[in-house]
Amino acid sequence: MAYNTPDDLRYAKTHEWVRVDGDEVTIGISDYAQQALGDVVFAELPSVGRTLSAGEPFGVVESVKAASDVYAPLSGEVSAINEALLDAPETLNSDPYGEGWMLKLRPSNLEGEQNQLLDAAAYTQHTEDEASKH
Amino acid sequence: MNNYEPPIFELSGTGKIGANLPEVDVPTAELPQGLLRDDDLPGIPELTETEVTRHFTRISQRNFCIDTGMYPLGSCTMKYNPKVHEEAARLPGFAFAHPMQTAEQSQGALQLMYELQNYLAELSGFDQVSLQPAAGAQGEFTGVLVFRAYHLDRGDTERNEILVPDSAHGTNPATAAMVGMKVVEVKSGRRGNCSIEDLKAKLGPRTAGLMLTNPNTLGLFEQNIREIARLVHEAGGLMYGDGANFNAILGIVKPRDVGFDFMHYNLHKTFTTPHGGGGPGSGAVGCIAELAPFLPGPVADKDGATYVFRQPAKSIGRVKSFWGNFGMLVRAWAYIRTLGAAGLREVSENAVLNANYIRVRLQDVYPVAYDRPCMHEVVVKGQLKEAPQARTLDIAKRLIDYGFHPPTVYFPLSVPEAIMIEPTETESKRNLDAFCDAMLTIAQEAAQDINILKNAPTTAPVRRLDEVGAARRPILKYDRAKFRELRREEDPVTADDQLFVPSY
Repeated sequence: MAYNTPDDLRYAKTHEWVRVDGDEVTIGISDYAQQALGDVVFAELPSVGRTLSAGEPFGVVESVKAASDVYAPLSGEVSAINEALLDAPETLNSDPYGEGWMLKLRPSNLEGEQNQLLDAAAYTQHTEDEASKH
Repeated sequence: MNNYEPPIFELSGTGKIGANLPEVDVPTAELPQGLLRDDDLPGIPELTETEVTRHFTRISQRNFCIDTGMYPLGSCTMKYNPKVHEEAARLPGFAFAHPMQTAEQSQGALQLMYELQNYLAELSGFDQVSLQPAAGAQGEFTGVLVFRAYHLDRGDTERNEILVPDSAHGTNPATAAMVGMKVVEVKSGRRGNCSIEDLKAKLGPRTAGLMLTNPNTLGLFEQNIREIARLVHEAGGLMYGDGANFNAILGIVKPRDVGFDFMHYNLHKTFTTPHGGGGPGSGAVGCIAELAPFLPGPVADKDGATYVFRQPAKSIGRVKSFWGNFGMLVRAWAYIRTLGAAGLREVSENAVLNANYIRVRLQDVYPVAYDRPCMHEVVVKGQLKEAPQARTLDIAKRLIDYGFHPPTVYFPLSVPEAIMIEPTETESKRNLDAFCDAMLTIAQEAAQDINILKNAPTTAPVRRLDEVGAARRPILKYDRAKFRELRREEDPVTADDQLFVPSY
């Protein structure tokens, strides 16, 4: 299957994407993640102001198949959430990198942590490795 | 046969009545205003006794159950429930016992509980069993509460993390979170077992314990279980055994011997008490002596020749009213006594043999998740070489047309397009073959014409349901207009109002 993996984003191994924009980052789930999950029927998001550490689950995405945690790719404070997803979780399927964004974060250690994230090529390799594991 | 059965409200007719109530001989009183409902519910349907009987009998005939066919739902152990257990549970001395009777008046019931505790302890190697929890997840909840109480009692106040492998049942992280623990996931390695490297990385002074199902939910035995237990214990944590898959190791492995400190038993899986209607289940728990003082009580005990209830010294308290789901305890006791030690071992041997038989018959067509002997269940993938458009969901739906309940699908989450098959020991070879034949025929159908699968099921009362729509926009209460609109969409010939109501 082909996945859309935009070059201008960074990715976590747990299939979240990050778009750095000044002192704020936007976070969502990758096209690979939304295809693996199937039709999303419910999304749970954290409250604005919550402090997350990198690797901590910040929400849940539930599809007909499964409920999966979504992990914070970076540490920081939640500055905004995409409330539209609560009513229209299917946006995570139709537009994962655009209207389907999940939250905005003010990172507390962007310099230190962003090296942990993958670029598009490395992430594509990672998804291929995952698929061949079984 | 007309398969269609409307909601009971559609059958209602004003003034119809199915019961003769006696004249009121006490003063009538108005209900408090604040308690009256003022929403637009359609009220209580009015029907005759004949209509009520036919409505519910017809619905009950749609029910697929273990008494009507094979139910290979992986991880659920849908084995046959012997009918003699029903007789035992309905013996008047058990069925009419009142939970408020004293221990003195309930010696027979207490004896049964005491003996069942001992049998379950013997099977697991543990020192004490409590029959309180009402189901597996409550057993897990109980276990994590006991872990917390144990650590706190020792003044070890920093242990707030529970480790859970990524192949675990969803209830493991859920119950740990219920207790207020932080859930830390441990990854599976290449052979489907818990990764030792990842475990080492995640253990620490905050580790309260590890929750592990063995065999795990991939149907694989955790061969490193002793090493895992040693590492967890060295870190000061405790080992929780999820008994969901106990059916694979009865009389062969005692969980205590491989390093577990606590486990729950699913009496409704391993010990043939019914799963019927969503319950009641029974999630008895057992543990080592060091944890026994914290168990929920009361537990049954013996004082000389008399059976008594005893509350463990540092008990976490009750987790269930009265004495657990007592009727289930009678059935489990009857099962254990009927089979005896040799028979229980044979249960597991046959459960494992049956799953491996299916694995070998299917593996050339349905890739197995892990190419190694499995335990009581096998995980294959609905990824067909000859029909790449086929999905696990399509295969599951098509199985309904062949008269089988579909296996568990899309679980465990770590296996793409997972199909998890647990035949149990109570299916005959003839039946196992019929199931495998159906699976193989479905693969051929998929290669010939994928629509055969995409349109399935065709023989069930309803066709492919809109599961996404149902989850995104659930209709949670009866609405006459909405019902009729949907019904017309589904079946245009019912445009005539008469056709909404079948004649019985």
